[in-house]
Amino acid sequence: MTVTVIRGGELLDQTGRRRGDVVVDDESGLVVDVVAPGPGTRGTDDLDARDHGDWVLDAESCLVVPAFVDLNTHLRQPGHEAAGTVDSGTRAAALGGYSALVAMPDTDPCTDNAAVVSEVLALASGTPCQVVPSAALTIGRRGSELAPYGELAGVGVRLFTDSASAVQDPTLLRHALEYLRGVSDGAGIRLIAAQGGQHEALNGDGVMDEGEWSSRLGLAGQPALAEELMVSEALALARLAGCPLHLQQLSTAAAVDRVRAAKADGQSVTAEVSPHHLVLNAAAVSSYDPNLKTCPPLRTPADVAALVEGVADGTIDAIATGHTPHTMDAKEQPFDRAPFGVLGLETALAVLLSETRLSIEHLLPALSWQPAAIVGIGREHATPIEPGRPANLTVIDPAAQWTVGIGCFGGYAANSPFLGRTLTGRVRHTIHRGVPVVTDQQLNTDIPSARRRLSSTATR
Amino acid sequence: MRHLLTVADLDADDLTHLLDLAENFAEVQRRDIKKVPALRGKTIVNAFFEDSTRTRTSFDLAARRLSADVVTFSAGSSAVNKGESLRDTVETISAMGVDAIVVRHASSGVPHQLTAWTDASVINAGDGWHQHPTQALLDCFTIRTHLGGLEGKRIAICGDVNHSRVARSNVDAFTKLGAEVVLVGPQSLMPASLAGWPVKVESNFDAVLPDLDVVYLLRIQNERLSSGLIPSLREYRELYGLTAARLGRLGPESLIMHPGPMNRGVEIDPEAAEDPRAVVLDQVASGVPVRMAVLYQLVGVGPIGKIAEAVA
Repeated sequence: MTVTVIRGGELLDQTGRRRGDVVVDDESGLVVDVVAPGPGTRGTDDLDARDHGDWVLDAESCLVVPAFVDLNTHLRQPGHEAAGTVDSGTRAAALGGYSALVAMPDTDPCTDNAAVVSEVLALASGTPCQVVPSAALTIGRRGSELAPYGELAGVGVRLFTDSASAVQDPTLLRHALEYLRGVSDGAGIRLIAAQGGQHEALNGDGVMDEGEWSSRLGLAGQPALAEELMVSEALALARLAGCPLHLQQLSTAAAVDRVRAAKADGQSVTAEVSPHHLVLNAAAVSSYDPNLKTCPPLRTPADVAALVEGVADGTIDAIATGHTPHTMDAKEQPFDRAPFGVLGLETALAVLLSETRLSIEHLLPALSWQPAAIVGIGREHATPIEPGRPANLTVIDPAAQWTVGIGCFGGYAANSPFLGRTLTGRVRHTIHRGVPVVTDQQLNTDIPSARRRLSSTATR
Repeated sequence: MRHLLTVADLDADDLTHLLDLAENFAEVQRRDIKKVPALRGKTIVNAFFEDSTRTRTSFDLAARRLSADVVTFSAGSSAVNKGESLRDTVETISAMGVDAIVVRHASSGVPHQLTAWTDASVINAGDGWHQHPTQALLDCFTIRTHLGGLEGKRIAICGDVNHSRVARSNVDAFTKLGAEVVLVGPQSLMPASLAGWPVKVESNFDAVLPDLDVVYLLRIQNERLSSGLIPSLREYRELYGLTAARLGRLGPESLIMHPGPMNRGVEIDPEAAEDPRAVVLDQVASGVPVRMAVLYQLVGVGPIGKIAEAVA
């Protein structure tokens, strides 16, 4: 058993702010103790640390928070291992302060059956971040036949989505939602359908937001309307089917308005936005850097403001990275030919802290316990920091200045839209199931004991 | 580093300077021996990833008449067809020691991207729907030759503006030199947003014709029909073509221009193409001295005013 003491930090979670030292152990994977500084003491002293702590992690001037949960990670394995793997994706997640990520089903073969889910879960054993599989709504994400939701729910899938391709046929989407609700009711578990919000026919060959910048740059545009119509349609069909809906990667002001109105009507709907959509707008594409080619595209400053407001007022429940590794070769093509998608896990927190007006109090629910609740992992992840709770914790140094560079990423892929940018605020330590998987921004997964311990807890 | 990527990087003085230089080189073209030793010992690669006859030939001749060593390749003969990445191709060319890469590519922004991968000057010879700066310069040169200048002139650019790099560069260049520009054409072929474009838009061609100093026609592509942007070439000609019937509404001193190749009977009737006011071949002729001016300036002399600042 290895005990770790996180010392000198300020705790921030659902229950508020307080000072305290957190003692965790890697055998139970739980928080063992939270020691508040009493009169004459400042929490665990050196003696305690020597007695109990095999690791003492300094958290002076830092915030200790429930680790984050990402609802939208493209691990790229199986199928696109040159771009990213389960291993590199979970490393990226740990570096970014995440203890769980939802793997998108756009693998090859597609995650539309129990065998692929099992393969991904097997690959994820012993990695520094829990992988929560999602599965496709339709076979091969082709939008023509339903995937076997019962079989998939049986191996632990809770979220179903065709990811960026989205189900384009409204009749099929209706049937998917109806059928999913039935499987959910029958099994007594909450299954959720998720829809990325783009009407492909309206997008055509578009490669960036349609508007001032696409017109100036001579690039084909994707109209904001493609998202507004898809979001409206998905909301109406989910209401009809009585199925909970999660909307992925919103990018437009109009979509935020639709979600706000649906929530006001009492519909069971949640929504996510990426860090880059909260920070960047289409003007950035004037560099023609394919690392700014995202799906959905970067929109106007007014859209960015509406998305930020959506997070601030709770219309948007989760900040989800859409993390998509691509090889250098793929992103060194002309902008219109390069693939969509950018990295996000490693930089999410720092980007949000340094480039938005949202405070950590606004950001934390959307990074941590709200996404955990959406995929039903709120008992294992993003819990309040209390004795007896799972020890999935992130230590943030809000004052740390750093420049995003090639060495910051979890794998070889470096397709970050923030490459070269200097940010303030950084994840310093990440504790996953009581194991300090990241200490002082360095991955510890190569330490044999850490790896062994993670393997054993993962299979429990 | 010195590049010519877009007309937006040039101001009116830069444009005028290049046009003045081109004037000198035009004089050279009237000599018996058309060659000057200005770029002797310099190497220029014409990298044409998209096919083009007139622009490629024109750049080729311009470089040769400046005595530079020139290598020209087009996509058909290059390693690009063997699956080599854009970056690898450009780094390979650069490694052989070249002073300038003249690039034509079907994708917007490729010249911008190239600047990250080479120390050579990058000269945009047309990128996607984005820009074709030397076309804008040769068009300005042609107008200046015939009308004395662009200040206060009224120019209509007619046709498929959204898919046209010629339109984007000419709007910039014409307006920077003081002309008024009006865009004429089907609304389905106009850019989604004209925010920041110093132009007017007119849907009635006949209404603007009598006031024009220059009518500039863009080539209409057949694929605009198949993608449902216009109903038929016949209807396009009726509404937006410079037909024989419309010729009479155009002033006697006005110019008819077209970047080529022309679709006779669609955007321009044969009568209009043969009209004395048509200066299409003058445009082509201006291409060589204008490109000599650009190559001479960037490879032989150094950055042009704002170009230097933009890439410093």
